[in-house]
Amino acid sequence: MDRELILDVRGVSYRYPGARTEALHDVALALGAGDFHAVLGPNGSGKTTLVRVALGVLAPHQGAARLLGRPAAGWSRRELARIAAVVPQREENLFPQRVRDTVLLGRYPHLSLWGAERPADHAAVARALEGCDVAHLADRWIWTLSGGEYQRVRLARALAQEPRLLVLDEPTSSLDVRHEMELFELARRLADESRLAVLLITHHLNLAARFADRVLLLSEGGVVAHGPPGDVLTREAVERVFGWPVAIERFQDRPQMIPLRSRKDGA
Amino acid sequence: MRWLGLGLAAVLALGLALVLGPTPVPWAALGSSDIVRELRLPRALLAFLVGGGLGLAGAALQALVRNPLADPFLLGLSGGAGLGAVLAIATHLSGPWTLPLAAFAGALAAMALVYRLGLAGGAELDPRALILGGVAVGAFAGAVTTAIVSLASAVELRNALLWLWGGFSGSSWDGVLVVCLYFPVPLVVLLAAARPLDLLALGEEPARYLGADVARVRRRVYVAASLLTAAAVAVSGVIGFVGLIVPHAMRALWGHQHRVLLPAAFLGGGILLTLADTVARVVVAPRELPVGIVTALVGVPVFALLMRRWTAS
Repeated sequence: MDRELILDVRGVSYRYPGARTEALHDVALALGAGDFHAVLGPNGSGKTTLVRVALGVLAPHQGAARLLGRPAAGWSRRELARIAAVVPQREENLFPQRVRDTVLLGRYPHLSLWGAERPADHAAVARALEGCDVAHLADRWIWTLSGGEYQRVRLARALAQEPRLLVLDEPTSSLDVRHEMELFELARRLADESRLAVLLITHHLNLAARFADRVLLLSEGGVVAHGPPGDVLTREAVERVFGWPVAIERFQDRPQMIPLRSRKDGA
Repeated sequence: MRWLGLGLAAVLALGLALVLGPTPVPWAALGSSDIVRELRLPRALLAFLVGGGLGLAGAALQALVRNPLADPFLLGLSGGAGLGAVLAIATHLSGPWTLPLAAFAGALAAMALVYRLGLAGGAELDPRALILGGVAVGAFAGAVTTAIVSLASAVELRNALLWLWGGFSGSSWDGVLVVCLYFPVPLVVLLAAARPLDLLALGEEPARYLGADVARVRRRVYVAASLLTAAAVAVSGVIGFVGLIVPHAMRALWGHQHRVLLPAAFLGGGILLTLADTVARVVVAPRELPVGIVTALVGVPVFALLMRRWTAS
């Protein structure tokens, strides 16, 4: 392969301690600079587990996850945080915090143990705030933000890490259409203009189909299909994985899924 | 500016501790007075260091167990220390350092046990298991302590209870020296954990993705904070509320960044305990109140006020 892979996951399987079945079975995924991939699948299909294995939080029982050619376990957490940034599905602020301080946390992997933040760190924070259109919120308390603002702040914190891979775990599950579209457009721009590798985990099949270069469809920990959205999101595959009848239409050359009213409808 | 204010408050608290006391010492004689030099000064310094240790340990533990109500003694150390001390009294061990050493040993034993329980079958410390383990070990040690005390004679019982309530009446320069040699390592370990503690406040998984080695941070913070608390309890018994209210007061005044909060909590704890000990010496002179009672009497209303301010904003 002539271009450098940022994330290279091959044939990974993982079983949570005490679980009877594997949460991930033989899953592969590879991203280079500028790639925008989406991972789709029902609840419990292994999407978040895949992120944990890919970024070395969980060690796969089989297969390997590599970042920049080195196994994830071979990097320290600080080094990994300079390569890959994650906007996790859930987090809670134990203590009240202002937006700027929250975004500054993204600089942790770049700071020395005792040293203060350098001008470069503040510059990175300013760029991240600007890039996510939250600079005007910098002095606000986190808890006063709307859902869309809060997600953009968390994205800004990830960008402040200056990573090469950005992982978004269901970033828009509580957002309205406009904020959701803004976030997807921003993620796409980061891939196109900043050459970030973007891995998006989402329940929104239609938006994933329109924004992502490739789609990985998971079901019960295994790969159902992996490839361009038009190849993966077929009626048969979607109906089988999600257990609901759908129609697939095309819009601007991308597949769009329309859930049917009942099992007797249409089809 | 804020550091200057805190520094001035520290100097003021230490100064008051030297000037005030049951025996009046004229201003001119402050420098040459044996009472000041051999009694009040080491006592004030010890109270300051212990208070600082408790404040810092409390601030770090609250972030570690992700519970703003955590207190250095929540994790079973006071129970272990009390049991150690009472055992030493009951078995008639004697010698000037017996009680502190026995309490220290008891606290360390409790720390080791709680740590083991905190692993909860895995390889990493689980904050919830730590709290539950701390409460369980503390309750068990308390039960054994009460059993021993109930079998002991009246004089021994009074000694044991007074000791458990805490105080600095036995302070000496030796004690100051021991604490000064002992404190730096856990202090530095905790201060070095300041930034990772900021990350931990977001939760375990976000902290990992931001670059924190969560397992290592937890181990270090737990052990270092426990070592500080064990030393504090060995020096002065169980002094409540300092480790709980000081971190909260400092959070309300200084915000939540641990790089600022941890040193501020050390100074704040030192100030509070030095003042409390001065009050304990003076109000019912020539007798003394246990300093833990003063910290509780002062601390609880302050805490209530802070909570109102915090929830209002």
